[in-house]
Amino acid sequence: MITNSAVLSLRDVSKVFPGVKALDNVKLDLYPGEVTALVGENGAGKSTLVKTLTGIYQPDGGELYWKGEPVDISDPEVALQLGITAIHQETVLFGELSVTENIFAGNYLTRGPLRRLDWPAMHQRSREILADIDAPLDPKAQLKGLSIGQKHMVAIARALSVDAQVVILDEPTAALSHHEIEELYGIVERLKKSGKAILFISHKFDEIFTIADRYVVYRDGNFVGEGLISNVNEAELVEMMVARSVSETFPKQTVSIGEPVMTVSNLNHPTEFADINFEVRAGEILGFYGLVGSGRTEIMQALYGLSKAATGDVRIDGKTTQIRSPADAIADGLVYVPEERQQQGAILDLPIFQNISLPQLSKLNPKGVLNEQREYELARAYGERLKVKTSSWDQKVANLSGGNQQKVVIGKWLATQPKVIILDEPTKGIDIGSKAAVHRFMSELVEDGLAVIMVSSELPEVLGMADRIMVMHEGLMVREFSREDATAEAVVAAATGGLAA
Amino acid sequence: MENTMTQSAVPNRLSGNWRHYLLRWETFLLLVAALVFLFNSFASPYFLDPWNLSDATFNFTEKAIIALPMAMLIICREIDLSVASIIALASVSMGLAAEAGMGTGSLVAIAIAVGVACGLFNGLVVTGFGIPSIVVTIGTMSLYRGITYVILGDGAFTDYPSEFAYFGQGYVYWVFSFEFVLFLGLALVFYVLLHHTNFGRRTYAIGNNPTAALYSGIKVNKHKLILFVLVGALSGLASVLLTSRLGSTRPSIAFAWELNIVTMVVLGGVSILGGAGSILGVVIAVFLMGLVTFGLGLLNVPGIVMSIIIGAMLISVISIPVLLGRWRAMRERQS
Repeated sequence: MITNSAVLSLRDVSKVFPGVKALDNVKLDLYPGEVTALVGENGAGKSTLVKTLTGIYQPDGGELYWKGEPVDISDPEVALQLGITAIHQETVLFGELSVTENIFAGNYLTRGPLRRLDWPAMHQRSREILADIDAPLDPKAQLKGLSIGQKHMVAIARALSVDAQVVILDEPTAALSHHEIEELYGIVERLKKSGKAILFISHKFDEIFTIADRYVVYRDGNFVGEGLISNVNEAELVEMMVARSVSETFPKQTVSIGEPVMTVSNLNHPTEFADINFEVRAGEILGFYGLVGSGRTEIMQALYGLSKAATGDVRIDGKTTQIRSPADAIADGLVYVPEERQQQGAILDLPIFQNISLPQLSKLNPKGVLNEQREYELARAYGERLKVKTSSWDQKVANLSGGNQQKVVIGKWLATQPKVIILDEPTKGIDIGSKAAVHRFMSELVEDGLAVIMVSSELPEVLGMADRIMVMHEGLMVREFSREDATAEAVVAAATGGLAA
Repeated sequence: MENTMTQSAVPNRLSGNWRHYLLRWETFLLLVAALVFLFNSFASPYFLDPWNLSDATFNFTEKAIIALPMAMLIICREIDLSVASIIALASVSMGLAAEAGMGTGSLVAIAIAVGVACGLFNGLVVTGFGIPSIVVTIGTMSLYRGITYVILGDGAFTDYPSEFAYFGQGYVYWVFSFEFVLFLGLALVFYVLLHHTNFGRRTYAIGNNPTAALYSGIKVNKHKLILFVLVGALSGLASVLLTSRLGSTRPSIAFAWELNIVTMVVLGGVSILGGAGSILGVVIAVFLMGLVTFGLGLLNVPGIVMSIIIGAMLISVISIPVLLGRWRAMRERQS
């Protein structure tokens, strides 16, 4: 028994994986009508906690209490019946189904003795729930036609349809635009008012201070502290998270900028972008800023040889190159660290050393026969340089935390000794400690004379790290800012299509 | 400084992994095969005769030779169900060539060339149009087989040169047939190819995550195309062996072999979803199936019953480790 007003409590919960203690005697209390922010770096145990709460993992020790009574969430079904529902960073929905089908998946309304599916009732109910959260979507629309933000609305509607008492929001804003984030805040407020307990996981402090009532801090699987948001400030939270004070978030260093390494002229695509011209110089970080859907990623993918329809002229080191595939790009010294680390970046089920050696197998083993020793040497060299945390170099990448997975992907590309490296949302969904590490690393790269193109939706990152900023709006490059001229207001105005600048 | 110290302590591999080897699928298969071997040697006095065992290998070597590249193709997330029809088409081509008076060497070259062409066609349709290989090769399965019926009708080719018989009927040494020795040699070649070359590594990479493999600079479509061609080429080779062994070609030759071959691959522990599996596993699975079929044959079990037993074996051998794993997880949870 536990006597407090918490709807869900964890005491001394542990979860052990081979080689790591993901959760070590942690506690957590979620109160009805309140938002509790869970903060911690990557590897702090947040994802494991969410999976434990939703019945995907079984704890190896400790107790869970539901309204004071001990409870065993033995599988996801039990979590659903209790009323625990999670909205994940990468939302799990069904693209081929309609909005209504997604909302009621596995929980259909039926009628009659044959339990026939009651579509009119479900569409009606969907419409009500969607209206409730101010998301004017057509319940019959197919999900894959919706924007990421709209998909989140559907995910939230789904959570509400099961009469959840505990709603877990796992980095819900990672892929949302500014406007959509505002809408999400509104929804969270409404959820609070209706008495739901909310666990909010985010790396963004402005969000935490906007909507959370309480905070809980984990570090390396341990409980560090908790309290009311009103009694804490950002610096204190960061210190708890990393157990050291992070003074300089953007370790931008002055590097002398050299000759142009890559020049892009007249890059066009029939639907995604038009008339793209830019150059990037040795020692320079060129920032690409724009809203989601402004064509930034599409440009990078076209440069990397992934888009057949794009046309234009690309020169690397003064020589015109024809990049028709990523293999061509890599051979020319251009590499791309994609946004979707798990889908496009790393091969999760292969070990770290095999991921790192993958792009240059032919160079490492010119006769075609594998030499694992050489692969291990390469992996060790770059793994150590990037401070990848792992128990061995033949660990599967899937067993690493998000930040460390990203380090492996970056290491894989650095190992090819490129001239130009494109980083697409390099710090998306990773914690503040790893973020600083990635930023520090970018500074090191340009010091070594690399040209870096950084695509980012995070304004502070762009302003803090880039030497020049290209602003995209609806497939066009609308403005270029030098580091000195760039102000938050001007950049955002340009990105949102504001003409006055 | 302290940080670099701890970093340099990260080992390449975690040591003390003997359990890991013991719990492998291959070990389990080997155990089952050994049990079947023991059972057979007690059940029938004819089983342990070297010549009987040698004869038994003829039942599976041709299929097993195709199972080797098929394993790589399935690891790469593709499949080729047209292999048996490729055998038929290659066999008919040899029959036509033999009628025209061509020699043994040309017949072999023609069979392999037909196999390569069929594999190339499969691969080009799959990679060029982006159609799932299961659909494409179900199509070409009918297509290739259909051509053999058009050419042969009810007839058969039986006039092969006398030296041609060696491939399917000859012996290299004592009881070791040419077919069997060829299979062992190819198994070694494919073992090296899959587990010790850049090509093999890329096969696993594509099978695990084709998108990330593409982004890593692997020419995914070209790679798949090569594998389709390889499957086709070895199907052509298998056609040489089979045609030589039977001494004749009928349009129904090797009918429905594709499922036997896929069964060998899956039983060998290759994930039907791609990304995992080993040549060793496939080779053990081949022997296991051979032992079971031969043992049942000695006991005069009819063919239909035999296929029931093989089906049941496939399902149980694959489900036992899954059930064991679940049972272990349950026990861990309770303790």
